[in-house]
This record gives sequence, C-alpha cells and structure tokens, in this order.
Amino acid sequence: MSKLLPSAAKFLTSSTIPKAAAPVVSSSSSKFSTKSEATFEIKPYKLHKLEQGPATSATLSSEDALKMYEKLAMLRRIETASGNLYKEKIIRGFCHLYSGQEAVAVGMRAAMRDVDSVITAYRCHGWTHLMGVSVLGVLSELTGRRTGCSRGKGGSMHLYGKNFYGGNGIVGAQAPLGAGIALAHKYRADGGVCFTLYGDGAANQGQLFEAYNMAKLWDLPCVFVCENNGYGMGTSVDRSSASTDYYSRGDYVPGIWVDGMDVIATREATRYAIDYCNSGKGPLVMEMETYRYSGHSMSDPGTSYRTRDEVQEVRQTRDPITSFKEKILSRELVTPDQLKEIDAQVRKEVDEATKQAKTEPEVGVEELTGDIYRNNLETLIRGLHPAAPLQHYEVAPRN
Amino acid sequence: MASLLTQKSLVIGKLTKYVNDCAKRLSSHFIYYPDNEKPVSGETTKMNMMQAINNAMDITLRDDPTAVLFGEDVGFGGVFRCALGLQDKYGKDRVFNTPLCEQGIAGFGIGLATAGATAIAEIQFADYIFPAFDQLVNEAAKARYRSGGQFECGALTVRAPCGAVGHGGLYHSQSPEAYFAHTPGLRVVVPRGPIAAKGLLLVCIRERDPCIFLEPKILYRSAAEEVPVEDYTLPLGKAQLLREGTSATLVGWGTQVHVLLEVAQMAEDQLGLTVDVIDLQSILPWDEDTEECFLHLEAPVSRVAGWDAPFPHVFEPFYLPDRWRCFAQLNKLLHY
Repeated sequence: MSKLLPSAAKFLTSSTIPKAAAPVVSSSSSKFSTKSEATFEIKPYKLHKLEQGPATSATLSSEDALKMYEKLAMLRRIETASGNLYKEKIIRGFCHLYSGQEAVAVGMRAAMRDVDSVITAYRCHGWTHLMGVSVLGVLSELTGRRTGCSRGKGGSMHLYGKNFYGGNGIVGAQAPLGAGIALAHKYRADGGVCFTLYGDGAANQGQLFEAYNMAKLWDLPCVFVCENNGYGMGTSVDRSSASTDYYSRGDYVPGIWVDGMDVIATREATRYAIDYCNSGKGPLVMEMETYRYSGHSMSDPGTSYRTRDEVQEVRQTRDPITSFKEKILSRELVTPDQLKEIDAQVRKEVDEATKQAKTEPEVGVEELTGDIYRNNLETLIRGLHPAAPLQHYEVAPRN
Repeated sequence: MASLLTQKSLVIGKLTKYVNDCAKRLSSHFIYYPDNEKPVSGETTKMNMMQAINNAMDITLRDDPTAVLFGEDVGFGGVFRCALGLQDKYGKDRVFNTPLCEQGIAGFGIGLATAGATAIAEIQFADYIFPAFDQLVNEAAKARYRSGGQFECGALTVRAPCGAVGHGGLYHSQSPEAYFAHTPGLRVVVPRGPIAAKGLLLVCIRERDPCIFLEPKILYRSAAEEVPVEDYTLPLGKAQLLREGTSATLVGWGTQVHVLLEVAQMAEDQLGLTVDVIDLQSILPWDEDTEECFLHLEAPVSRVAGWDAPFPHVFEPFYLPDRWRCFAQLNKLLHY
C-alpha cells in the first residue's frame, strides 16, 4: 500500500466527525471536493445463464474516488517506470506491462475482502502492488534485487504476496491452481473467493476448461476472470478464438461481460461475483473487456498486428484513468488540485522506489542453490564440474 | 493355391504360438524376492503392494485432517484398487473422483497443497502423466525457488502406476522417472515391494517437497510380504544394499531389483561369483554415499535397459532388460 496522501488523510479524518461538520460546501478552497458522493450509470453487462446481473448504477463516495484514482495512477506510473528500466537494460529477461488495463485490477481490488485470494498470469506488477507489496518490492523484484518481493529470484513474472498466489509464467497454467485454491477456501469454510485471472490468449488453453469443469462440479468459490485485452500475444481475438464471447465460454458456468475500462463497473461486478460465490452457487466467469497499450512483452513493439491509430483512439476515448478522472471531476467528487497532489505524490513514491531498485544489491551468488528443497538430503548440489559442487542454502525460514 | 494358404496359416499359427509362449514367459519375467527385514518391530500382516499402499493412505487420512486423495476413479478405489474402501471410510469430500484431465489434476493438487492441504493425487497410469508434465516440472518443482521461499507445494504427492505388466503396450507400460529425474525441486521414488512402498509413500506424503511416487503396477498383486501394521517411514534419498558380493555391482529399482536378485543368484550358481545388488529406491536425489561405488570401477559402467524405441506391445519380451540380457552383460563386464 502506498502512503496515504495528505488530502485523502484529511478526508478520512473528517469523515469520522459528524457529517454536519464535514466540509461539504467549501467552494472557497479547491483543496476539498464539493460533493460527498455521486451515482454513476454503468454500461450494461452482458449475461450468460444468469437471471440478474450486477447493479447498473453505483454510488461512489469522494473518499472512494480519491483512493481509486490514486491506485490507478500508481499502477500506470509503476509500468512507466518498468518500461524505462527495461529500456535502460536494468530489467532483464521478460517484462509485460499492464498499462491500459488498470481499471480491471483496481476495481476488483476495491471490492475484494482480505480473505479473498488472487492468482494471475505474468502481467502481474500492478496486482502485486494492490495485494500489499510495496512499490519497491515490485520494482526491485523486476530488477532482480534483494528487496524484491521474491528476493529477486522470480523476476517480472513471479511476484508473490499475501493471498496473492503469484504471477505465473506458463499461459493458462494458473487456472487449475485457482480451482485448487478455491477448494481450500471451501474446505476451510473461510468465506473467501479465489479470483483466477487469465487473458484472452489463455482462454483457449485446455486446462482452463478442466478447471471450469472441476470448479462447477464441486461448486467452488472461484471467479474466472478473463482479461480480454484484444490480443493474445500478436493475434487478435477474432483470429484466435472461435467464440470471442469469453464470458459465455464456461458453458455451464454462468458468466458476465464487464466494461473493463470502467473502474466502477469492475468494482460492482466483483461485488456481485463475491455474493454469487458466497451463496454457494459455485464458480463464475467474468470477462473484462480492456486494452493494453504496450506490446505483449517488451520485445513486441505492439504495432505489427494493430495500427497506431487504434492505440491512439483507445487512449483518447476509453482510457481507464482519463475517463474516470473526467467522471469524478464533472460530478465534483474531487477537485483538480486534489488529483494533481495525488499525481505528484505517486510520481515521487515511484521515482524513489525506482532509484532504490537500481542501487540495491542482488542476493549473493550462494542463493543460486538456495531454497531448491526444504530439506536438501544431499547437502551439495551437483553442477557441471564434478569437483566443484555447491552448497544448498536454506534462505527463507522453515516452519 | 490351397497348399500355399495352408502354409501361410501354418506360419501364422507358429507365429501366434510363439508370441503366446512369449506372453506366458512374460507373466513371470521375474521372480519376486520378498523382503525379510522389517524396518520396525511389532505386529505385521501379510499385504500385497496394493494393500500396503492402501494402508499408507489410510494412515494418512486418519491422522492428517487436511489430507485429501483424488484422481480418476479413486472413488471406487482406482483401476488398481489402491484406494479401495477409503471413500467409504473418509467421505466423498476427502476421497473423490476427478474428471479425466491430468494437467488439471496436477495444477489443482499444486494449488491445494500450496494453500496448506496434504494433497495425494493419483494419475491413473504413469503414461498419462505427460499432460501434467508442465504443471509438475514448471509449476510444482519451482514454486519454492521462484517465490523466494514464500510459497511451496511440498504437501503434494503424485502417485502413478508405472512399468510393464506383459500386455500394457505403448501407453500403459512406460517408466517416466528419467524425465523427472532432471528436475531440481522434485523427488522421484520407486518402491520394490510392499514394505518399501508403505514406508516410502508415507515419507513422500510428509516430505515438504513435491514427490512423484511411481508404483510398478505388476507388483500390486504379485508382491506380498509381512508388512508392519504400524506407521513407519523409510528415508528418502537412500539406496538399499540387498545382497553383498565381491565381483560386480548391480543397480536397479522397482521390479528390476527382483530381476537383478535372480541374476545375482545365477552368477553364484553358474559362475561361482558373488555380486552386490543395490535398490536405488530414490531416483532423485541419488544416494550420495552409494554413488561412491563408482569410485571403484574396474570396468566401464554398462547399462542394460529397454531399447531406444517406443514401448512395444507384442515385442515386450524382447524389450525388457530381462535376466538373460542382464546376465550376458554381467559376463561381459567380468571379462573386461
């Protein structure tokens, strides 16, 4: 979690005092918003085998608006920093950016409870931060430094945190794990729901359908979230999928299509999904239609299978941050100054973390052979040279 | 024309007879040498390997409330009946059937184990484990390492029947341990009989790293021993010296151990020589101390194995490293 912003802090404090005393009408000061809440219409959901969908309008408090804006801005900024670090050759290997898709994660996280869990694929930087890992924890994992959330040993695709079962590198391989985690929720009766995320590319992997089947067969509290950003690597959805109605592809698993560019829609849909799963009805598929501005990974310029105009058009008309900003400003939930303050604070926090992610040392070379086993029976790890084996190290505490 | 036909059918008849004879020979391509040494003292009861495995899972489900057993058709015991009666005893929420989807079973088991349950997954045949190969090699084996030790799925044990039975053919006879043997993060274990199976399965289930437990399926019923009734484990990563000698060392695992024990007897009877017989038991990791036998070589190591061919159905007797092939190779070695 990023540091609480001064303006948001003020707001939180003010909300604890009686409503009458709250600065609801303060047109004299641009520091404070003028309205305490507003109701927004949501683009209609498409439903598959469901009688009733999520609410089509939602109320947002000024406080919620500020928090969500901060998260959206933070995720965008983290990815900008990641892209730059990659271009500077400080991030090596793979790097998949989330820019354009922020509303999916931010809206979902806003509706999730602490008991819920998440497992996703490799476009995971933003999710990791939302699940509680510091910006430094994310960025220095990307740069492979010891302050990284996986000690720099996982890298861009393998970020982990509490109730966050990772970025996973193999397309679709996380889906059955999500079903297993959901069974654990059910078995422990903790009321938690597992959000199992995958992309439109993974939507055609066989194991996803195996996971759907098991989840429905045993009515597991699992929400399969298809982040449809339009392209599975370099192939558009129309060229990869016989049916692009991903919300209906669970067949016997009911589904919802959600405007994944609208953070209010993704929040409402997630609230609905939690209620649905907790009522014992089993799994749900949520297709979040969204867009990624960058290429699939850093080695893909992202312009050979789509036009620059297309990307530009989305940026101008559907950008999740710009559109949310316009909404909350026009309804006077927040003031331009408040947003500017958030932007400055986010920039400062990410810049500081970026600096540190470049200067932190890597873990020692001895961790090459650390944590391969819980209890290494051989003590030594064999390498290429028979006379020079390496010691196995127990780095993480054993419990 | 008629005579030609007769001749042809004669040839076919001869061939059929020959193949049948081979098949007969197959069903006893080894003699089972029961274990006489007990790992623990106390009450024993006669069990075949299927019953010993059943007993190990029974103990686990009884003593570990988080333990769950699942796989294709395990509800009624599985095709080899190793889970017989366990669903009745522990309920459908702990012993349950999965759909036919090995990759899903493995991933599901990894997730379940990662979230804190003891997951025992049965893959119906080791030959079916390949759809799950990605999950086991890329996900299970690397979970601890790639999360910097934050997450692991050590409570996962994948059981799978492996090896030849005489008629399995291409997809019901394979021994995939070599593929997994090159995967840091996994443990690979193959027992040679009921006593070993019970002790090794229990240690695999309790081991905090994911284990692949391959059960030579021909031993399920043909191998019977006096197995200790109580809970016991055998050490992982340890080989066992079953017979000591001075002239050569024979190393094997699973069913092949019994072939080698017979070869050792043949060497004694026909050549007047004694040889070591070692059961590797743990394919990954190898027993470090036992590996030192390679420091005393007087001849190059020779391997007797199946041919570099898909596991053949009708040619199984020619494919297996039977006692004659092993004995011939031993002779060669002794005259190096």
